[in-house]
Formats: sequence, C-alpha cells, structure tokens
Amino acid sequence: MDSFQDLILKLKRYWADRGCIIQEPYDVEVGAGTMCPETFLRVLGPKPYRVAYVQPSRRPADGRYGENPNRLFKHSQLQVILKPAPENVIEQYLASLEAIGLDLRKHDIKFEEDNWEAPTLGAWGMGWQVMLDGLEITQFTYFQQCGDIDLDVVPAELTYGLERLAAFLQMKDSVYDIVWTQDATYGDVRFEDELQYSVYNFELADVGTLWKLFELHETEAARLLSLYSKACDKKRFPLLAAYDQVLKCSNLFNTLDSRGALSVTERVGVIQRVRKLAVGVAGAWVNHQQAEAAQ
Amino acid sequence: MSLPFLLEIGTEEIPDWMIPGALDDLRRLFAELLEKSGLPTGELRVDGTPRRLVLRADDLPRRQADAEEKVLGPAKNVSAKAVEGFARKLGVSPDRLRLEATPKGEYYAFDRRIEGRATREILADALPGIILKIYFPKTMYWTAKNGPRFIRPIRWIVALLGDEVVPFAIAGVAAGRVTCGHRRLGASQIPVTIGDYEQRLRENFVILSANERRRKIEDGIGRLRVNLRPDPALIETLVYLTEFPTPILGEFDPQFLELPEEVLVTVMRHHQRYFSVSTESGGLAPGFVAVMNIDGDPEGLVRRGHERVLRARFNDARFFWETDQRKKLAERVSDLASVTFQAKLGSYLDKTRRVVQLVEELGGDEAALRAAELAKCDLTTELVKEFTELQGVVGGLYARAQGEPETVWQAIYDHYKPVSMEDDLPRNGAGRLVSVADKLDTLRGCFRVDLIPTGSRDPFALRRAAQGVVRILVEGRLHLPLRLLLDGDTRLEDFVLDRIRYYFKDVRGFRYDEVNAVLASGWNDLVDVESRLLAIQAVRPTENFEPLAASFKRIQNILRQARFSGGGTISSDLLEPGPETELYGEFERVRKAAASQNYRPALEAIATIRPTVDRFFDKVLVNTPDERIRQNRLTLLHTLLAEFSTIADFSEIVTNS
Repeated sequence: MDSFQDLILKLKRYWADRGCIIQEPYDVEVGAGTMCPETFLRVLGPKPYRVAYVQPSRRPADGRYGENPNRLFKHSQLQVILKPAPENVIEQYLASLEAIGLDLRKHDIKFEEDNWEAPTLGAWGMGWQVMLDGLEITQFTYFQQCGDIDLDVVPAELTYGLERLAAFLQMKDSVYDIVWTQDATYGDVRFEDELQYSVYNFELADVGTLWKLFELHETEAARLLSLYSKACDKKRFPLLAAYDQVLKCSNLFNTLDSRGALSVTERVGVIQRVRKLAVGVAGAWVNHQQAEAAQ
Repeated sequence: MSLPFLLEIGTEEIPDWMIPGALDDLRRLFAELLEKSGLPTGELRVDGTPRRLVLRADDLPRRQADAEEKVLGPAKNVSAKAVEGFARKLGVSPDRLRLEATPKGEYYAFDRRIEGRATREILADALPGIILKIYFPKTMYWTAKNGPRFIRPIRWIVALLGDEVVPFAIAGVAAGRVTCGHRRLGASQIPVTIGDYEQRLRENFVILSANERRRKIEDGIGRLRVNLRPDPALIETLVYLTEFPTPILGEFDPQFLELPEEVLVTVMRHHQRYFSVSTESGGLAPGFVAVMNIDGDPEGLVRRGHERVLRARFNDARFFWETDQRKKLAERVSDLASVTFQAKLGSYLDKTRRVVQLVEELGGDEAALRAAELAKCDLTTELVKEFTELQGVVGGLYARAQGEPETVWQAIYDHYKPVSMEDDLPRNGAGRLVSVADKLDTLRGCFRVDLIPTGSRDPFALRRAAQGVVRILVEGRLHLPLRLLLDGDTRLEDFVLDRIRYYFKDVRGFRYDEVNAVLASGWNDLVDVESRLLAIQAVRPTENFEPLAASFKRIQNILRQARFSGGGTISSDLLEPGPETELYGEFERVRKAAASQNYRPALEAIATIRPTVDRFFDKVLVNTPDERIRQNRLTLLHTLLAEFSTIADFSEIVTNS
C-alpha cells in the first residue's frame, strides 16, 4: 500500500514524464489550486503550458475542529494544467490512476457532468466530476473563461482530491487515519491545523481587523492596477504582486464569511469587489503578454 | 438502388439528461436535409450512449433524381445575335432552343437538365453543419477560441454510406470507419461496416440501444432478488450514464437507520445514484443497488468501494444531524440575516418577516405563524447546506425533534409543496397557508424587481410557485382573495392568470371557452371559479344554454355599437307591451335566482329566459327613432347582461349558431 506521500510522488512523477513542470505550492493562501497564478494567469493568452503542483487549499467555512472524518479546513489538491488540452487527455488521466495502482477494469469509473465556476475570479469551464466506485476523486474541467476573458487556447484542468484518493486507496474511513509515512498518520501531521484554524476562523478572528486587512490589500491591488494602465515600461511591471493582493482579499473574504460577519448585501458586494480586481489583473496580464509578443 | 447510412459522432462523456433531446434533434435535422435535397425519407433510427450519438438510415438513394429546369430567354422578335448570346450562355447551339408561349408573347426557352448530385456528396457537405447545429443547453469550444462548439469535444466520427466513407471533418477530426469501444473494457480502434457495427460495439462492451441497456439494468436488478423501491427517473439517468450497465447490491450498517429515512434516501439517490431497498414490511432496508459501468465485480472491489463511500456520506449526515441539534431552529431565526434570498430582495430573515406578516393577514392561526417563523431556519443547518434538496423536510424533522407541535412541524416539512402537478399538497391547513404565503412573497418580490421569467428561462421557478398557489387554493379549498394579493401588478396578474388557465384547461380538462367565460367574470376566489366552471360544464349541454349564449353575444354587440355603457334605470312605463314587457318581466322573475351562489340552479334559471330573448329580438327594434325609448331598451339589455354575467361572461362561449 502506498503512503500519502508515495501517492503524491507517483502522481508528480507521472505528470513530469508527460512534460509538466512540477511546481511547489504557491506561498499565498488560496481556496483552490485554480487560484494560483500558475493556473489563473498561465491559462490566459496563447502560450502553451504544462504544470502540476500540490496546493494546500484553505476553506475556512469547511473546518470542523478535526472532528469530522471527511471535512477539512485545509485539504490538498493536485492541480494539473495541460494547455492546450491534448486529444487523449482523458486517456492520460485514466492512465495516471493506473499509475497509482488502480486496475480500472475492476473499478467503476463514471464521468458525471459538473461545470465548474468561480464567480470571484470571473472564471468557468465545462467538464465532469470523476467518480471512482461512487467517490468523487477528480474535478475535470475544460476552461472556457478566466477573468471574464475568453481563452485563446483551451486548457484541461485536472484537480485530484488527494485526501479522498488516499483514503480510498488505503481503505480508511477517516482522513485522519491516512498513512502519511510508515511512522505518521495524516492526523499526526495535520490535526493541529484543523483544530486551531477552526477555533480561529469560527471564534477568535477579529472581524474589525479582517475588514481592515481586506481594505488594505484591496487598496494596494487597485493602486497597482491603476499604475499599470499608466506605466510606460509595462514589461517590468509587478502584476504578480498585484495578484497576490487579490488572493489576500479572497482569503480574507472567506474568513469573514466563515465568521458569519457578512450580511447579504455585504457578501454580494465583496464578491463583486474581489472579482473586479481579479478581472483587472487578468486583463492587464493579457495586455502585458501581447506587449511582450509584439517586441 | 439504395444504400444504408451510418453516422456515429464519438465524443467525450455527454451529460446523461441531454442525450435523448440531442438524438431527437439530430433526427429532425437529418430529415430536414433529406427533404430539402429531395431524397426520400425512410425510417431514421437514432441511438445514444454517453460517448456516441448515432443515426442510421436504411435506404438512401445513391443520388438525387435528375431534374429539368426551364430557362426563359429573350422574346421571339429579338435579333439573331441576342438569341445566339442566350444559347452561348447556356452552352448549347441555338437550334436546341424552343419557343414558349407566355402571356406576354412568345419567348425563347431551353429545358436545362440538372443532374442529381451524389448523396454522398450532399451528406459530406451538410453533415458538419447538421452536427454542430444539434441543440444543447450549453456548449463549449475545445480547439481554440472561435473553434467549433459542441457539448463536449468530438473525438471520432464514423460516417458510412454503403461501404464508402462520407468524407468530411469537424475540428480536425475526419470521418472514417473506425469506432471506439468501452473506455476500459473495449478496444479503442475498431474498424466497422454498417452491417457489423452494432455487433462490434457489443463485443467491445458497448450496448448501443438505450432500451437494451434499460433491460439489462432491470434484469440485473431482478437477479439481485431485492425489494427495490422503483425509481424510473434514476433508471433513465443510469441508462445514459453507462455503456455497459451492471447492477450490484451493497449493504450499509443498520445503525444508520436511526437517521431519518428522508436523509438516507436522499444521500443514496441524489448523491450516489443508488436505488433504495425496502424490507418486507415496507421500511427502509440497510442495502442499496448501484449500477456500474463495467461487466462485473467478481472480487467485490466495487461493492466495497461504494459501501465505503456511502458509509462516509452517512457518517457526514449523522455528524451534521448531531451538530445541528445543538442549536434549535428557533435560535436560528436571526442567523437568516446572512443567508441571501435574492440580492435585491434581501435575506431570508427579510423574507421570513414578510411571510409571517402575510400569513397573519391571511388569517393564519398560532401554528401557521410559528411555522412561518421557523420555515426557513433549516437553511442555516449543516444538513441542508450539504443536502439542499432536503430544505423544508429537514426543518420539519428538526422541529419535531425539538418538540414543536405536530401541526407546526408538518407545516414546516411540507411548505415547499407541491413541487409538481403530481406532488401532494401540504398535509395540513397551516402548511398550506405558509406555502401560499411563501410562494406569493417570492412572486411579488421577483416581479417587483423585474426578475420575470422569459421563454424557458425561469431561474426562480416562478411558474412552479404560481402553479403551486393555484393548486393549493383550489384543491385546498382556500377562499383567499388571490387577485388582491398580487399587489395590483398587471404583469403578475397576467402571469398568474396564465397558470390558472393552464390548470383548469390542461390539468382539469375544462373547455377553453368555458374557462375564458368564467375568468372574465372574475378570478379573485379560485374556489368560486371552480364552482362556476362546474356549473357551466353541467348546464352547457341543456337545450337553451348555447342559444342564450349566442343572444348574449348579440346584446353585447348591440351595446358596443351604440357605445352604451349603462348607468340609467329602466322606466317600466317606456316599455312597449308585448315582447319587450315580457322580457322585462322575465328578467325581474329570474334576477333573484340568478344572483344565487348556488350556480347551477342560477344558470338553469337564466337559461329559461331564452325564448323571451329570442322573441324580443324577433319583434322589437332596439334602434328605434325615439331616443328615450331607445335609451330605455339599451338600459334594459345592459342591466340584463350585467346581472346575468356574474357567473360567466357568456359571450366568451363559442357556439355554432
């Protein structure tokens, strides 16, 4: 039986062998691997790109103090972007499952319609949730739009839910029992995160401070975006830094939400504010790429 | 000499619910092409699986029939040069032209022969367009921006006319003679002919026919020897989610049966697509049937997988159930402030306040008010966040567990009902009142902020809401002033009126003119509308009714032509003795009976004046030169029409006379 980390290493190896750059997790808090610049920005424009990385993904509202066997504040996604999507992308995906030891002739795999959408990013795509013996193990999406921009080239995005996959392969009923290494379980490694962040997100996070932080990051992102439109030398402009500010806003929004601090009108308004920034960065990024290509 | 035709569009997995519609559309588009091309339309068969849309035709002619087309040239009296020019343009010698007599004189003409095109060529030209025209609710591109759009990427195409490939390509995929089998059990490159196509697929674990897949599921379930809870909709889903369906039986720990059955069944059905199983006594058994997309599970791997997933799901549900119990529904009302109802219409707390007020206005008792207050609280529970389709039900179950009276918890449980024409009404009066108030609030709110359904777009399910209101009022016999409750919004009135019409006409089977006639006399109280309809329906076949309706139409026309809008009183001394006085007498005799709430005898009484009305029109001239008499006659007719039209506007009744 493969340990959690063996599973990750095998999947990374598999995608590395298919021409993917293996990236490390992005170092700003995100709610999903899609939000990392390696996906959100790289899918824009015509340049081909292939990348795979494990992204710890924070969902403050999903925290359960480490008490629920299947629910996590922070879970791990293996995110794979294949741009453009190869014709045999599904076959490649299925072969990746064989590579981690599944005999697909003996399992029930179904592709069930699931169209992914992220309103705060102005992004959506069409695809499936991949069901393995009734368990959703992967979200498979053909991206169509990102930052409200129609994509020039359609990438395939594969998002493996690593905890679920590992629990399935190791036949564990609780994610905390997953064997991470021969000496440590998932619970040994991650329980404290789950407990402490649940306490913080649900009980102790200071709403006033979160709002202040949100506004600081929002102002900084907006400031950079307005500078970009005036900048003469766009080539060296720090759009990536502007995007980090957007990610900060998004995570703060999620934390405010889990804290129950947003009224209905505020919630809609905040989503719009984050979206506006994300769309602004995406537009600038495309413009930046075009400027580069023109040189 | 005719040829069979096969088209297979090979794709990545198409959403199950879209496949039957796409196949109908493909058949329609193909039939249109044949018709437009003058090719006989024999029988067309369509079949589909998640990965292929297939159309087959048995007899297509090799080519179109040749045709002749007349080309008219210059008039007979033109110069020889002009005639030569005309012939040259057609590429024939002038002596092959003929003269044709037309109304404008004789003209040169030529019967040009148009050779029929080869069917293969016609198909090659038209098929890409047809395939990309198949309707799907949402489409994607996959090659590049501005590339072709389809429901999912097209990966192969088989197009054969007889033995020959029909040559065309879509998105870089060329039509050929190679199909693809089941993703894991079959080969991925399978050369086929039209004759062996279906058999070759079968050998590669693809059952092409949906009927056959359905049978395979049903037979497989039969062999499991369990007491399956029938679920035709789930069977359809699974038929189109699989290419080689095989049912298996799984079990779950009986201790989960402590959880409400509603929760367990929802997890199995909506989230896992499992069938539930009953015990001998009809209770829920600790088992389920899953349908795999492979041929078997000899080692029990798949069964164990499904069982483990279900266990996790049930554990989740139990966890949510227990967590939710820590905070009572009544303590959750204020939390509704952070649940959006609709951006412009505020939160569910706002909605709750409006609904409570409306229930009060509608005369709701204590139980109804309590249910209205708690009805939406389950939206803040973990269980409903996880299983949204259980909203209402979960609230009811929690209310029961938390000691709310039966009337209250049942009202909460039922307040989304009826969700369809077939669904039951809420089982008690409080539930009906809360359901009506909730739906009316949604309708009024959405219309106020212009969220009005258009065509097939109805994101807030307003049609269903209005239909629910109509059914509860009529079938629940609630005498509520519906029209007054619509805020005087004429668009909303028309919208609701449409639903009322649909209900009485299409669901209850009343004739359309009877429905129009009754609604024209008012629709504030739908129970009353129903009584009036039943009375009309009963009295209509009697001999006097339709002729009287025709006379009423005549009266209405006379009044319209005279631009007479009433207002005066009838002076009996101006009435002419004979038919006019008799009519007045009859009117006076019947008016009391006609005003009765007992509609059937009232209508029967009204119908008895028919001979007098007929005689009046026979003998009396309404438009008499004496203005005072004329006015008095019009007043008589107007009063009669007004007083006898409170049950129905008879002029809406379509008669033969």
